[in-house]
Amino acid sequence: MRVYPEKPQKVYYFGTCLVDMMYPEAGMAGIKLIQREGVKVIFPPRQTCCGQPAYNSGFPDEARTVARKQIELFPENYPIVVPSGSCAGMMRHHYPKLFANDPDSERAINFSKKIYELSEFLVHVLDVKLEDRGDPIKVTWHSSCHALREMRTTEDSKLLIRSLKNVNLIELQNETECCGFGGTFAIKQPAISAAMVKDKTDDIRQTGSARFISGDCGCLMNISGAMQHDKIQIDGQHLAEFIWERINDTPSAG
Amino acid sequence: MTHHQQVDFDDNVSRALNDTQLIKNIKAAMGTLVSKRKTIFSNEAETEQLRTLGNALKQKALSKLPQLLEQLEEKCTQNGIKVHWAETTSEANHQVLEIMRSHGATRLVKGKSMVSEEMELNAFLQKNGIEALETDLGEFIIQLNHEKPAHIIVPAIHKNKDQISKIFHEKIPNTPYTEDVAELTAIARKTLRKKFYEAEVGLSGVNFAVAETGTLCLVENEGNGRMCTTVPGVHIALMGLEKVVEKLEDLPPLLRLLTGSATGQLITTYVNMITTARKQGEKDGPKEVHLIILDNGRSQIFADPDRRQTLQCIRCGTCLSHCPVYNRIGGHAYGYTYPGPIGKILNPQVEGLKAAGVLATASSLCNACEEVCPVKIQIPDLIRRIRNESYSKDPASTMEGHGYKRNLLETLTWMIWEKTNTYPIINAVGLKILSVLGITLPKIGPLKNWTRYRARPELAPKSLHELVKHHGVDHE
Amino acid sequence: MSEGSRDRIFSRLHAASRQTSTPDSQPPGLPILEYSRKEKIEKLKTLMEAMRTEVHIGSAKNWETSLAGILDQRKVKSLLYAPRTDIGQSLENHWKNDSGHSLQLIPYENDIEQLKETVFNVDAGITSAVGAIAETGALILWPSEKEPRLMSIVPTIHIAVLNADTIHNTLLEAMQKENWSEKMPTNAVLVSGPSKTADIEMTLAFGVHGPKELIVLILED
Repeated sequence: MRVYPEKPQKVYYFGTCLVDMMYPEAGMAGIKLIQREGVKVIFPPRQTCCGQPAYNSGFPDEARTVARKQIELFPENYPIVVPSGSCAGMMRHHYPKLFANDPDSERAINFSKKIYELSEFLVHVLDVKLEDRGDPIKVTWHSSCHALREMRTTEDSKLLIRSLKNVNLIELQNETECCGFGGTFAIKQPAISAAMVKDKTDDIRQTGSARFISGDCGCLMNISGAMQHDKIQIDGQHLAEFIWERINDTPSAG
Repeated sequence: MTHHQQVDFDDNVSRALNDTQLIKNIKAAMGTLVSKRKTIFSNEAETEQLRTLGNALKQKALSKLPQLLEQLEEKCTQNGIKVHWAETTSEANHQVLEIMRSHGATRLVKGKSMVSEEMELNAFLQKNGIEALETDLGEFIIQLNHEKPAHIIVPAIHKNKDQISKIFHEKIPNTPYTEDVAELTAIARKTLRKKFYEAEVGLSGVNFAVAETGTLCLVENEGNGRMCTTVPGVHIALMGLEKVVEKLEDLPPLLRLLTGSATGQLITTYVNMITTARKQGEKDGPKEVHLIILDNGRSQIFADPDRRQTLQCIRCGTCLSHCPVYNRIGGHAYGYTYPGPIGKILNPQVEGLKAAGVLATASSLCNACEEVCPVKIQIPDLIRRIRNESYSKDPASTMEGHGYKRNLLETLTWMIWEKTNTYPIINAVGLKILSVLGITLPKIGPLKNWTRYRARPELAPKSLHELVKHHGVDHE
Repeated sequence: MSEGSRDRIFSRLHAASRQTSTPDSQPPGLPILEYSRKEKIEKLKTLMEAMRTEVHIGSAKNWETSLAGILDQRKVKSLLYAPRTDIGQSLENHWKNDSGHSLQLIPYENDIEQLKETVFNVDAGITSAVGAIAETGALILWPSEKEPRLMSIVPTIHIAVLNADTIHNTLLEAMQKENWSEKMPTNAVLVSGPSKTADIEMTLAFGVHGPKELIVLILED
């Protein structure tokens, strides 16, 4: 069981590359949810990527070079909040391994200890109280494999959704099964990946939800992309963006 | 290391994905195994403790591997079990043949042994005029149909009842067509009983070999293992050298992990512990017992401190059952001896990267396997390692075929990726250009594998970096 | 050929071993269980019955009579037994006194090479069990010179006679209390039920190669 700190005065925010390029509103919503609690958010502007794409593909040297750069950008002891289970998992669980035989090993370990996925931070550190101002809606939750198995924040995410009183959360039948993204897996084994995402989209459809929510943009991109290709009209949305929308009764934070 | 024939993985995958009956059968069966495991391991805290213990026991054994193997050999020899060492599968095959020939034997009954699959023993013996008959029901079914096992624990799981009924009816003489499972079982019993009676030699695998006492431990539900190791006059046991454990007392937790993970059982019907051949005054049991210890690349795997954990595997098959990829392509698609997540890390290390390295691409790194492995092998980390070795030209690498996949496109891709993510100004400028020109993912080359099944992702008009600036979020 | 291989294998293993350290701490073992005698019998019975074993709890004084009833019900005509064991002796005495019986007692007195056809054609075999394990619901069979191995695996029906006092809590306890590491027999076997398989569409079927029925007589005194 992770031990959480008291509410801090400042936090760092690591946006992640996918959020930066494709889902910036979600990134911004995450920042605003933290600022709303009176916590100052610091966004080091030279941040880029956690290194996971290269690490997973078999290019750890390249991953380490990029990772080292990120570590340098977050020197203070503030918690680092990340709106992605897989990037958080990379930095928390894999950086120590990536730097195991490296002079920066201790720095990497210290860095990894400061990493928090957004949901767990909102629930366990900020103890956010959410008032739902939106219309009744049925949604389902998709957890990334790394949020589920590495960061273990799935229940925190679902707790946040359930705390919105007009939102009806219907669980997926095969909630714990991978959506088939896996980064380069989707490109290297496209047919297997497609079979996996098809089952995921079928599962989402059978819940009767208007929208599916996820804390991970890789999964969002994968599942939404597949749905759009097959002309299925169910939107995917990042959890931060969804929450911001519900408590403000406005479309976006961006 | 002995190598099997090169496999066309892409072709296998394609055929498997289009075989709807296969996938239906596999999914149903794996669903059952997953749920059985969950039931027997319902207490999470206890299960976690047990897995930690399993991991520790296997690591302990590996930390003393040569000493334990020496002790095992000594004890077995003292007890009258003849120990043979085989560096390659070819040697092991010849050792089995020699034992058969020394008795003028032409009939062998086999209990389940994945090592014998690694050796392709049946085909070898057949070429040399010896009938090797599978007696485990699942293995028996697929042998009738000239197939290889599709799963480590339930080899015929890809077949449904009608398919099996047809096989029995067509391949076993004088057998009426029936889909009744009890009747099918009775047919197998009758057919194989005759073979047990007549066989001169029996063969088995080994789940755990205890160095302390020289005891070979085998688990099973059907009783064919006991028949193979007790009825014929000669018993040959095959094991990979990583199967040795230190003490008899190491068995209870390992057995619990094995039976719980493999079939969701508290204990199998039979747990056999064999220590000697027939002693003076005893009335039955084989008079001669042989133990063949196979290397086939394991000592090379052992030599690498990170890859060594591959050898912790107790062959429970639960990683297969939980794998979303295995659930969609089944066991045969993997081509080599071991399917599923364990296959993705073991086959490339045994067969060489050129032949089997492709298997490591068939994973989304979802971690479902690692979550359930009874001995806590970090399978996803090893998959990453195999991927790395596939590209690495490091002269210090000990993996056969390393660097075989190295190519200009990927080298450049990751070099550019590294530069743009280390020098964000390149990143920002590049993205701006891309978003202005409205080109997102190019529809060329490997990236069109994405757009075949999914809409193109769109780059946002303003990046998070820009929004952050716009909203006056601090930097320090 | 094997010698050269052995040397090469060991030289690789030893070379790699020089870089290895033995892990220093051992994590906690399996939980220690302490059932009462009554609980042990109950647990053993429940678990074995769940695996389709037929369990009878009785007295040492009249177990042969219970056995006769069980065999009658199944129309068992021949019973393979071990004449030099206590059970064997009791059986011989009981059946000698009960001459009207149609059951044929077959002593396992010769080597299997002479008895193969007989052993493969008897209706049932009866053996002792030297103990049992309550936690997992299994008998401990300890074949010997007096009680051959095939008795409990070849016949379609296997009857095992168990003294209730010999039930252990766990397998580990049995191994430790009975000092197994000093005296492993040719072939010790744990048996938890009749032979079974789920290889056909995960559907449970019994009596594959081993006995189709397992009957356990637990003797309480």
